[in-house]
Amino acid sequence: MLTIDNLHVSVEGKPILNGINLDVRAGEIHAIMGPNGSGKSTLSLAIAGNEDYEVTKGDIIYKNENILELAAEERAHKGIFMSFQYPIVIPGITVTNFIKTAINANLRARNEDEMPANKMLKKIREKAELLEINSQFLSRSLNEGFSGGEKKRNEIFQMAMLEPSLSILDETDSGLDIDALKIVANGVNKLKNKDNAVILITHYQRLLDYIVPDYVHVLHEGKIVKSGGKELAHELDEKGYDWIK
Amino acid sequence: MPLADKLVSSFLAFELDINFQSPVHNIRTNAIKNFEKLGFPSKKLEDWKYTSLNKVLKEDYTLFSKKKNVLDFKNVKDFFLDNTESYKIVFVDGFYDPFLSQTSHDGIDICIMSAALTKSKYSSIIKKYFNTSVDKNESFSQLNTAFSKEGAYVHIPKNIILEKPIEIIHFATGNESALMLQPRNLIVIEESSQAEIIETHQSLTENPIFTNSVTEIFVAKNAHLDYYKLQNDRLSSSLIDNTYISQKRDSNAKIHTFSFGGKLTRNNLNYFQKGSYINSTMKGITIIDDNQLVDHHTLVDHTRPNCESHQDYKGIFSGNSTGVFNGKIIVNKIAQKTNAFQQNNNILLNDKSTINSKPQLEIFADDVKCSHGCTIGQLDQDALFYLRARGIPKKEAEALLTYAFANNVLESVNIPGLKSRIKKIIANKLNVKLGFDL
Repeated sequence: MLTIDNLHVSVEGKPILNGINLDVRAGEIHAIMGPNGSGKSTLSLAIAGNEDYEVTKGDIIYKNENILELAAEERAHKGIFMSFQYPIVIPGITVTNFIKTAINANLRARNEDEMPANKMLKKIREKAELLEINSQFLSRSLNEGFSGGEKKRNEIFQMAMLEPSLSILDETDSGLDIDALKIVANGVNKLKNKDNAVILITHYQRLLDYIVPDYVHVLHEGKIVKSGGKELAHELDEKGYDWIK
Repeated sequence: MPLADKLVSSFLAFELDINFQSPVHNIRTNAIKNFEKLGFPSKKLEDWKYTSLNKVLKEDYTLFSKKKNVLDFKNVKDFFLDNTESYKIVFVDGFYDPFLSQTSHDGIDICIMSAALTKSKYSSIIKKYFNTSVDKNESFSQLNTAFSKEGAYVHIPKNIILEKPIEIIHFATGNESALMLQPRNLIVIEESSQAEIIETHQSLTENPIFTNSVTEIFVAKNAHLDYYKLQNDRLSSSLIDNTYISQKRDSNAKIHTFSFGGKLTRNNLNYFQKGSYINSTMKGITIIDDNQLVDHHTLVDHTRPNCESHQDYKGIFSGNSTGVFNGKIIVNKIAQKTNAFQQNNNILLNDKSTINSKPQLEIFADDVKCSHGCTIGQLDQDALFYLRARGIPKKEAEALLTYAFANNVLESVNIPGLKSRIKKIIANKLNVKLGFDL
């Protein structure tokens, strides 16, 4: 589904990623771990198409297409989703209206009809239930006054609504208490199937107790320095990152 | 003849034509003298530094429309609230229109100034309130006072909660090649009463219309007023609005100003707090384009302890448009425990539009909380990326963010019919194709 080949990314002229190689197939969960500043968020933002992250070398191939020239919204239309580490607060637009706008924008881009109101409502209810979100929450302004847990649940709610092929969850576990973490992990697990893939970006092993990865990669100074199975995460948890450098 | 001279020289005939014996004769005569002395303000004055009146004043306005034009309701119904029961005070080219209006004398007075200024049953209220709060040094207010004759008159006695809003609409039809209008409104809300009022100036013509409006509002002890100014006029119209609000203790007065239309709009909004535990709220949304100019000058005079004032003005500017915000807060020495907040946030959608924003705080008390903030910027790039990463195309995302920025002010609008109408105007102004119902 996704092939990242020798990816180099700079931010404001400063190189952050120095040759990433990664292969993600449908049905897989990949965890990318690493200390602060290793380039984890840069990798997710580069895949999602943030223009501030300049690809200086290498390719990102998604579903057999090079997506480097595509705008963020075009990547979204093709099924790439990123859950933000710091979801943006937008006063004046409700969660419901935001997701309706996003769903219909995606449908229009794929030359499909917009979703009828009753179908939309049903889907919103269903997915809100999955993430234990109440209806009052849905009529609040997007992320305004939300707790850390509510913001992250809202991200996964959007993922559930948009049904992407490739989801990149950037530090989805940060700022979550254990109950919220379980709800979020349960949501991700229920959405997972053989046709989609998930990349989990995380600093800690904690999340991986609940969402079990097929592969774990360790990022250090903009390069993947070690890859392995899920047991690698436990090893990192016990020994820290120092032994890998 | 310059407009100022024309106005002064027509005053005598105007006074003779209405009632020379009227108790307000002296008030009018003093006002024209004040105006003669002051003249129209120029950019040399600090208060008019960013707003030039030259283009507006150079037209050869007819000062009094000669004939009464009749409007058919079906042609103007879009300017009234949709699906909302309301009282209506409607004027056409400065004349009261009884057919479009729906007034009341049923324990309340929702009627017109020409009656209030001439009939004896209103004289005690007129004597007590009329022209008592107007600034003697403000040229347009003096001019309006000199020619005060017609406008809305609202008097709500004690302990009445109006269940319907009042719509005050001033139409201009364009039967004169250029017309000047000077409506004068008086609103008195007595103790523990509540009212909602919507004021609109609407031209139906491309002929220049220049409106010089003055509204005096008195909100008594424990009374509550929600006042909405909907300024969505044609680009051939200009408006100078002076509004003076005097509040007694425990009262609450909110004014929302929605400025979308008009060539030049100047709002002088003055609050005078005359008791403790008063709440004064001013909110505004300005969205303008082309060569439009909207100038908000606010004043809050805190004179007693334990009062609050809240100001939240937002502006979105494109084209060659110009915005001005000048917010003056005075906290007198005895006005301890004052909470005064002022916020003015602006988005410039291109590099040709301008906003001049200036807070002016004069604080003489030491135990107060006062804050002011002003932002001028483009759209938040992180927010834009967030929307785009969800599949919302750039142009749509920009429009949606701009809409959200303005929409946030509408939360405090309590009339559903008005709220949806303003949302539609905003969406339309911003060219937003929203994927949801308004």
